[in-house]
Amino acid sequence: METVNLTIDKKQLVVNKGITILEAAKGMGVQIPTLCHMKLDDLNIENRPGGCRVCVVEVEGRKNLAPACCTEVQDGMVINTHNMRVINARRTVVELILSDHPFDCLVCAKSGNCELQDMAHNLGIREIHYQGEQSTYREDTSPAIIRDVDKCIMCRRCEMMCNEVQTVGVLSAINRGFNSVVAPAFEMNLDHSVCTYCGQCVAVCPTGALTEVDETAKVIRALSDPEKTVIVQTAPAVRAALGEEFGMEPGTLVTGKLVSSLKRLGFDHVFDTDFAADLTIMEEGTELLGRLNKFLGGDKSVKLPILTSCCPAWVKFFEHQFSSLKDIPSTARSPQQMFGSIAKTYFADKLGIKRENLVVVSIMPCVAKKYERGRDEFKVNGNPDVDHVLTTRELAALIKLSNIDFNSLPNDDFDQPLGESTGAAVIFGTTGGVIEAAIRTAYEIQTGKELPRLDFEELRGMEGIRKATIDFNGLPVNIGIAHGLGNARKLLEDIQSGKSEFHAIEIMSCPGGCIGGGGQPYHHGNAEILKKRQKAIYLEDKNKTLRKSHENPYIKKLYEEFLGNPMSEKAHHLLHTEYFDRTK
Amino acid sequence: MGKITSLSDLKRIREEVQSQIKIRENSDHPEQMVQIKVGMATCGIASGARETMNYFIEETEHQAIDAIVTQTGCMGYCYAEPTVEVILPGKEPVVFGYVNKKKAEEIIEKYIVQGELIDGIIPLSFKTIDD
Amino acid sequence: MSNYKMNVLICGGTGCKAAESANIQARFKNILEEKSLEDEVQVIMTGCFGFCEQGPIVKILPDNTFYVRVTPSDIEEIVMEHFIKGRPVERLLYKDPKTKESVPATKGMDFYKKQLRIALRNCGFINPERIEEYIARDGYLALATCLTEKTPAEVIGEIKESGLRGRGGGGFPTGLKWELTAKSVSDKKYVVCNADEGDPGAFMDRSILEGDPHSVIEAMAICGYCIGADEGVVYIRAEYPLAIERLKIAIKQARESGLLGKNIFGTEFNFDIELRYGAGAFVCGEETALIHSMEGLRGEPTFKPPFPSQEGYMKKPTNVNNVETFANVPVIINKGASWFNKIGTEKSKGTKVFALAGKINNVGLIEVPMGTTLREVIYEIGGGIKDGKEFKSVQTGGPSGGCLTKKFLDTPIDYDNLIAAGSMMGSGGMIVMDEDDCMVSIAKFYLEFTLEESCGKCSPCRIGNKRLHEILDKITQGKGKEEDIERLQELSHVIKDTSLCGLGQSSPNPVLSTILNFRDEYLAHVKDGKCPAGQCKAMLKYTINEENCTGCTLCFRNCPVGAITGERRAPHFIDQALCIKCGVCYEKCKFDAVKLA
Repeated sequence: METVNLTIDKKQLVVNKGITILEAAKGMGVQIPTLCHMKLDDLNIENRPGGCRVCVVEVEGRKNLAPACCTEVQDGMVINTHNMRVINARRTVVELILSDHPFDCLVCAKSGNCELQDMAHNLGIREIHYQGEQSTYREDTSPAIIRDVDKCIMCRRCEMMCNEVQTVGVLSAINRGFNSVVAPAFEMNLDHSVCTYCGQCVAVCPTGALTEVDETAKVIRALSDPEKTVIVQTAPAVRAALGEEFGMEPGTLVTGKLVSSLKRLGFDHVFDTDFAADLTIMEEGTELLGRLNKFLGGDKSVKLPILTSCCPAWVKFFEHQFSSLKDIPSTARSPQQMFGSIAKTYFADKLGIKRENLVVVSIMPCVAKKYERGRDEFKVNGNPDVDHVLTTRELAALIKLSNIDFNSLPNDDFDQPLGESTGAAVIFGTTGGVIEAAIRTAYEIQTGKELPRLDFEELRGMEGIRKATIDFNGLPVNIGIAHGLGNARKLLEDIQSGKSEFHAIEIMSCPGGCIGGGGQPYHHGNAEILKKRQKAIYLEDKNKTLRKSHENPYIKKLYEEFLGNPMSEKAHHLLHTEYFDRTK
Repeated sequence: MGKITSLSDLKRIREEVQSQIKIRENSDHPEQMVQIKVGMATCGIASGARETMNYFIEETEHQAIDAIVTQTGCMGYCYAEPTVEVILPGKEPVVFGYVNKKKAEEIIEKYIVQGELIDGIIPLSFKTIDD
Repeated sequence: MSNYKMNVLICGGTGCKAAESANIQARFKNILEEKSLEDEVQVIMTGCFGFCEQGPIVKILPDNTFYVRVTPSDIEEIVMEHFIKGRPVERLLYKDPKTKESVPATKGMDFYKKQLRIALRNCGFINPERIEEYIARDGYLALATCLTEKTPAEVIGEIKESGLRGRGGGGFPTGLKWELTAKSVSDKKYVVCNADEGDPGAFMDRSILEGDPHSVIEAMAICGYCIGADEGVVYIRAEYPLAIERLKIAIKQARESGLLGKNIFGTEFNFDIELRYGAGAFVCGEETALIHSMEGLRGEPTFKPPFPSQEGYMKKPTNVNNVETFANVPVIINKGASWFNKIGTEKSKGTKVFALAGKINNVGLIEVPMGTTLREVIYEIGGGIKDGKEFKSVQTGGPSGGCLTKKFLDTPIDYDNLIAAGSMMGSGGMIVMDEDDCMVSIAKFYLEFTLEESCGKCSPCRIGNKRLHEILDKITQGKGKEEDIERLQELSHVIKDTSLCGLGQSSPNPVLSTILNFRDEYLAHVKDGKCPAGQCKAMLKYTINEENCTGCTLCFRNCPVGAITGERRAPHFIDQALCIKCGVCYEKCKFDAVKLA
């Protein structure tokens, strides 16, 4: 590796050629502040427009200051990261940004989590010398995401996520100069666009310009309504991230405290989406085997590969962009919707109450789930199977609001019958998990034999697209995995052109899967956090006594008492769905 | 014009088309050229100035003499029409009277090509046309 | 063989065309046919003559008569008098503004005397729609010589030796740029011609493309040969329909003649050119922004490196030069680097085309050798300040340049001298201001432009320029404070120091240079509440002198807002709170009673 010698803040150092001043400085413990720059190592995601100009440093001999995030190190460079000229320029730039930013920090959804606020704090800005007109735009509220672009600082992270990572192409910079802002084409509303509500724009927005639709008030209202029985389900990825909101180390599993807190909040029953995930495996796994066996039996009408369907952003993505493939994904509803459907039938019957009086709340790592729950096909006479969706962040806010000291809570267990789950369900929270869970069940059903191993390392990891062939006792099953819609697009294009050799593909919209969902505590560009969450998920799986969905006793009971068999008519009615062509 | 496929092609075509802009090229630096101004007022035209002018144009072209032939107004020598003023590069203007085709031939042959003075110069302390 | 005895050259540049040159051409044709002169007089529509102030221009050859402000109704007279009787139409001749005498030929005009036309050599001379005329003027000879007699390295060497620098503003050595792109290894490379001329009032590139499109095509092919590219793209503003039309015709003719396409001049070299249209964004003059725009992306600059020579259009090595730069290339090849590098100054070789505008007598397009002084340009070529007013300042370098004062009048114009003087060459806009111009308003005007044209990508340019503009606006409203001047300077320095591209790095120049050179004028605004040039309306105060006022009520009757009161035959009075400073009372008063302070 070629190296270069340079001097940063009077210290000489030798670094690898090709890295930036920012990276070189970081290596020696100099934190040059950045605002627009964001890099998720190992996920191949980087936003580096060089636009905010906060990271400017002085390179001796150059006429102008250089952005540290974009400028490559060169031999003999002498760099000053915090002399008068640099500090003055940096503070002036931040003052300018602040001068075009609403001063409503106290009531902003992002307060305390805002990178601009932190920047102003860290630079000790106490006065804004340049004040003037502020740019104003129309607020845009969709079922899942609110755009309040008065707060947009043009860092372009959302644009990069929407275009480069997700290839959805909704958000881009429009207008010029002072009026430029990131918006959908023709400034249309998000809900008229092809937005999938994946929420990755929200996940990376440094300010309060993009936030989720806040449903905490609705949940509080339901909880205080004596007429209503309010139950809650929590998605697998939530337990691996919620602790971060209370100062815990990323990757801390807080399942027990989570259950405790939900009980304290006053939910009548605290259930687990993991239960529904096991149910999903029963349905989706059976569907996979059905299609696979027919295909192997020579039935040309059967289409393979089968695609997973638990991610609502992914569903909306293919409905908009690959509607010709809409009969390929599994018809199984997502775990959230399976849960809602079973809760408002099976469980409501058990309680002997009408579905209208049962309120189902979901705690999700996701903002697209807010959209999903509102889809017409998931309503019965206008009453939705899932009434409210809170993100991990919203739940944290609700816990804080309710005077609950999360960290000192005891561990508690989920209620039954919808609270039991296996390790296969937990791993739904990470990329690769759904398909691994499906294999654990499908293998045993198909071969009639017990799996020799439960950990499929070949399916795990953070690579954007992963491939593996699993031996089903002599039958090789080709598995594909993609996370991030841009990666999914590549696999779909292969299918369209007939080049795909997969039998089954798992697709998750968010990089990392649900652990990196748009509703999770903000990672602020630190990919380590995602990796630690992923580790926690696999740890939870390992610690479970039962690790295969078909071994979940409450699932067996559900089929015996209510559904009959997987893919039965009743199961079809309650647990499966259809997809729509949304290509205008 | 056809395809140009070599340097010599280009040079040949250039020669061919240069005549199309010759008037412009020449008028760009008249002081280096032979300037022939033919009086083309009514009196001149009546005495055959147009034929004279045509002859000069054709003949200078023919003999490849770098000349600009222009028309001008009445020079005030109506008795001697057609009148023609000739300016050789670096020399004083000379005005000839009664320039018919034959005289024109002589002017080209003797005065312009060989620089000899010939008969027919209007011997006056004249002013140049441009004054 | 043509028998034409006379040529009529009609300026077909956009300016003259707007002023009826097409009708003039048609009228000539009609009358010439009527008089059976169509075989004797050839009518040619050419590119711009440069002297736009006097357009539409008609030039008669070979007697070099230069008619100005010609209308279709003048044509009959020109034919009858000039063509038939040989008498120039006196009233249409250009009159020297100083001597008031008619000047029939361009050689006698101050406007043309000091000019040296290299890039504009064919403008106003050939018919740009005929490749033959370009060839007759040694067109494509340079390309032929390069392809058949020189290696790419030799050609690059020649360009380097000539000292040609980019005419788009930056002044980067052209030969070096070619060399860098030539050195980049790639299966595909591109030559891009930047014809996205965006400076307000500038039309150098437009005129070249309208008047001599082949020179650009030829140069692009030479560049392609040097760097190893087989594809060229002209990025041209869609607002230049005539230039686009002429370019299209020229490209078609070049293809038909085998001068574009495969195996040019029988060699292995292939090259073709296509057009790409820009929406006229100033920032797209910046090469990375231009490339993004060409790719269908938002016209925004990106950080360099990578330079386009390494990674440009479609991520391939790309050489971007502007129109005027290209137009110089064939001449350099034909006449040699040593001919070219004798023209100009030590570090700036050749000539530069300027669009001369503002309070000057001879508005138009000029080309002068580098090293010509501002005084020569303004007073000799430009014919001095309009209406005999006092020269105040000249702004060079377009909206990002600076305003230079009298003390710089004898500065020889070249890249480095202009920068040293606090301005820049830019693409060649030159706007002259007189005593009536308020320099604070001028700075504000330029800021308005950059404000509109900023792409919005980087914070200092997007927000900083807005704040600069707001402070300037405050000052022109009479609400400025003395510390605002410091604030303007501080903010300007940060914007220059931190902006991403050349636009932001230079946009505060008009502010800084006006403060530097006209601080007193700023102080007059902020301290005395006065605009010395009387341009800042908000600071004007109209009052009525009671002694002079006869009470005629004329002002009272004309005031559009009812700000004037008073009895008949008694002095009137202006209510300052209501007055909108329209100046009607001042104009109407016959007794010099309305005073302006």
